[in-house]
Amino acid sequence: MKIVGTNVKECTLCGACETTCSIFYFKEDNRMKSAIQVEELPDNQSPAIHVCNQCGDCIAVCPVLAIKKSKSGVVIINKKLCVGCFNCVGVCPTGTMFWHEDLTEPFKCISCARCTKECPTEAIFMQEV
Amino acid sequence: MSGPIEKMRSSRKVLAEYHYEPAQIERGYAGKTLYVNLSNHKIEAKDVTQQMKDIFIGGKGFGLWYLWNAIKPETKWNDPENEIVISPGPIAGITQYPGSGKSLVVTLSPLTNSIMDSNVGGFFGPYFKFSGWDALEIQGKADKDVVVFIDGDQGKVTIEEVDLDPSASHLLSEQLTELMADSEQDKKNVSVVSSGSGAEHTRVGILNFSFYDLRRKTARLKQAGRGGIGTVFRDKKLAALVVKFSSLSGKSNNPADPALIAKTGVKITREINKFDDTQFRMRQIGTANLMTPMNDYDLLPVHNFKYGSHKDAVGISSEVLRSRFTQKMPDGCWVGCALSCCKAVDDYVPKTGPFKGEKVLVDGPEYENAAGLGANCGIFDADYVIEANFYCDTYGIDTISTGTIIAFIMECYEKGIINKEITGGLELNFGNAEAAMELIHQMGQGRGFGKIAGQGVRRLKKIFAEEYGGDPAFMQDIGMENKGLEYSQYQAKESLAQQGGYALTNKGPQHDEAWLIFMDMVNNQLPTFEKKAEALHYFPMFRTWFGLMGLCKLPWNDIIPESNATSDSPEKIPEHVQNYVDLFNAVTGKSIDKDEMIRQSERVYNFQRVFNLRMGFGTREHDAAPYRALGPVTEEEYESRQERYDKQLKEDVGINPEGMSTADKVAAMRKYRQERYETLIDVVYKRRGWTENGVPKLEHLKDLGIDFPEVVEVVKNNL
Repeated sequence: MKIVGTNVKECTLCGACETTCSIFYFKEDNRMKSAIQVEELPDNQSPAIHVCNQCGDCIAVCPVLAIKKSKSGVVIINKKLCVGCFNCVGVCPTGTMFWHEDLTEPFKCISCARCTKECPTEAIFMQEV
Repeated sequence: MSGPIEKMRSSRKVLAEYHYEPAQIERGYAGKTLYVNLSNHKIEAKDVTQQMKDIFIGGKGFGLWYLWNAIKPETKWNDPENEIVISPGPIAGITQYPGSGKSLVVTLSPLTNSIMDSNVGGFFGPYFKFSGWDALEIQGKADKDVVVFIDGDQGKVTIEEVDLDPSASHLLSEQLTELMADSEQDKKNVSVVSSGSGAEHTRVGILNFSFYDLRRKTARLKQAGRGGIGTVFRDKKLAALVVKFSSLSGKSNNPADPALIAKTGVKITREINKFDDTQFRMRQIGTANLMTPMNDYDLLPVHNFKYGSHKDAVGISSEVLRSRFTQKMPDGCWVGCALSCCKAVDDYVPKTGPFKGEKVLVDGPEYENAAGLGANCGIFDADYVIEANFYCDTYGIDTISTGTIIAFIMECYEKGIINKEITGGLELNFGNAEAAMELIHQMGQGRGFGKIAGQGVRRLKKIFAEEYGGDPAFMQDIGMENKGLEYSQYQAKESLAQQGGYALTNKGPQHDEAWLIFMDMVNNQLPTFEKKAEALHYFPMFRTWFGLMGLCKLPWNDIIPESNATSDSPEKIPEHVQNYVDLFNAVTGKSIDKDEMIRQSERVYNFQRVFNLRMGFGTREHDAAPYRALGPVTEEEYESRQERYDKQLKEDVGINPEGMSTADKVAAMRKYRQERYETLIDVVYKRRGWTENGVPKLEHLKDLGIDFPEVVEVVKNNL
């Protein structure tokens, strides 16, 4: 199973990953609608890169069984079944089940790898786990 | 399972049919209500007026309003004119905040002969609203058992005769769910309201509201438990209500500010995930988490509310019950509830009764069931509590009333008021689980002594006095009912605030109006009469609010936010109160504040008080409490807490207990406590804007905006 791996020391905060993801999935260049979100930290620290690691903790709390692991092990929300209760958002241990006020359903990284292809350094990459 | 369902499918006979265009939900309201008459098969839509939304809001408000207009003061619970009204409320059906799926059910009660209201979870309320209806009125009586189907997908309501077995609610719910669903996944789009055979044989029948559990692949049951509403349901020859609605989404209520709802919901869901395991463990144990602390604080009802703890209580402790519940299941009774508290015992095998030897799912036990069916009857066996819970649910009888009824019967049995001959051989001593279980089967099946037990404590007192020579004064003291409804399972004896919390209620001693025990006895936050009176104004009003909106109260204070540690009024959980203000405004587009929240409730609460007056009740005499609820009736009770009571006699009453006989001390304590209770009533009535006789004053009604001519007329006749 592939997840987005991170090497935060290489991140230059260019935002290319967020732009790629939010435009591809929501037709809008908006980092708050990206399933990978990079957070600038103070005092010369490397940024924090928030992206789902496919741990699956959200699967057990969904009241309508809308979240499942695909054949390749990626955790996917079936938007047709989702009732927008955000229990998955509340339980996510890494804070990477995202939500936005424009959207009724939450969203998350599905390991499509598009962001890793746009990253100019090697701060993010696909990692086999 | 296919046999009964095929029989249902092929036997469906439509008696009446109504097609409609489902209303567009606008800011929490469908704007229409559904009226169904089982006598003449009339089915019609009524408009929700602006006045209804402004004054009555929804839920219990709509229920009271419709019932007021449907009946007369002379109407009895089993007249065709009596209505059952089911209404969720404007906030019900949001998916983002815990506890948002409740409905309120209102009717005339076979126990109290006056207005009863009961709240219930499950999926029926939200689905019914999204099918286009803010309330359901059922009036009249059918000739033979009927089912009312509301298909919110197709816009169709039907009254149908269906070949079915109405005796076991857990099976009927399952069967009707399968009948209406197109697939396994589709079952989550169906909710069934049903009762059981016990509702035909007792006055304590309930309604079970179902939701389909996709993981367990079975229907789960939540109860509208108090007051015998299920008895009215079956008296109307209603076998079930079934609703289907397939397009639930996070925006189904079409709210004014969906972002605020989502933000507030995510905030509290994260709070629950962070703190529940170290606070009340609702996700692990549900309300049964109270069993151990109540016993520790000497507040558990034991032996018909005589005592507050028992050496064997460990048998049904919170930990024991936790070990019987399947863990890590999302057990919310409406989607989005992260508090997830309706725990279940999976694969329980009953040892008795019609389902002996078969694996069943038991919804519970909740605290009330373990305390009432177990501790109050002196039974501390987890299997008994689980099995009794299961049978009460499927027979369709109230676990709370059943517990208090059996406890009363046991005390009468031990005192020799009734005997083995009268009980048909059942040795109903405290602790006799076998006899108690058999009595529950008799109640559920309408056999033997069960037929008498099912009449409820008020009528049992009369029967035991008239037919068996029982001392009416003694039974009045120990018969734990007020207004005709049995007390729920909390010891009010040592908490003056809770004595008022139970007996100064509109419908009877149900803790959904005010639960002040910890505030009073553990945290000592209500030391003066004025503070108690203030609490007996604020909390009943605050808790009434949930029943107008379609909300469950548990996420209000069964999870505590960080901000509470530095709050001025931690007992109110101010951050959560603000959450609720925000939710109401975010759904409806209005802008209420915390004060208006209370006013909204005051309007409905006072209207209900006047409605009681209209039905011939509602005055001070009906707020009297049996002495067992106020203090020690018997010498053994006094002696079980002698040190505490002697201290109180000395310090509060000014009597030196030294040298006094226990009987004299009981009498002195009684005089003091009864006078104290009357003083409490005086200060509470004043705070509520009522006369000394408990009648809402006209100025107060005018101030609230509910001085309608009919309301004023009733009040004037009582002044």
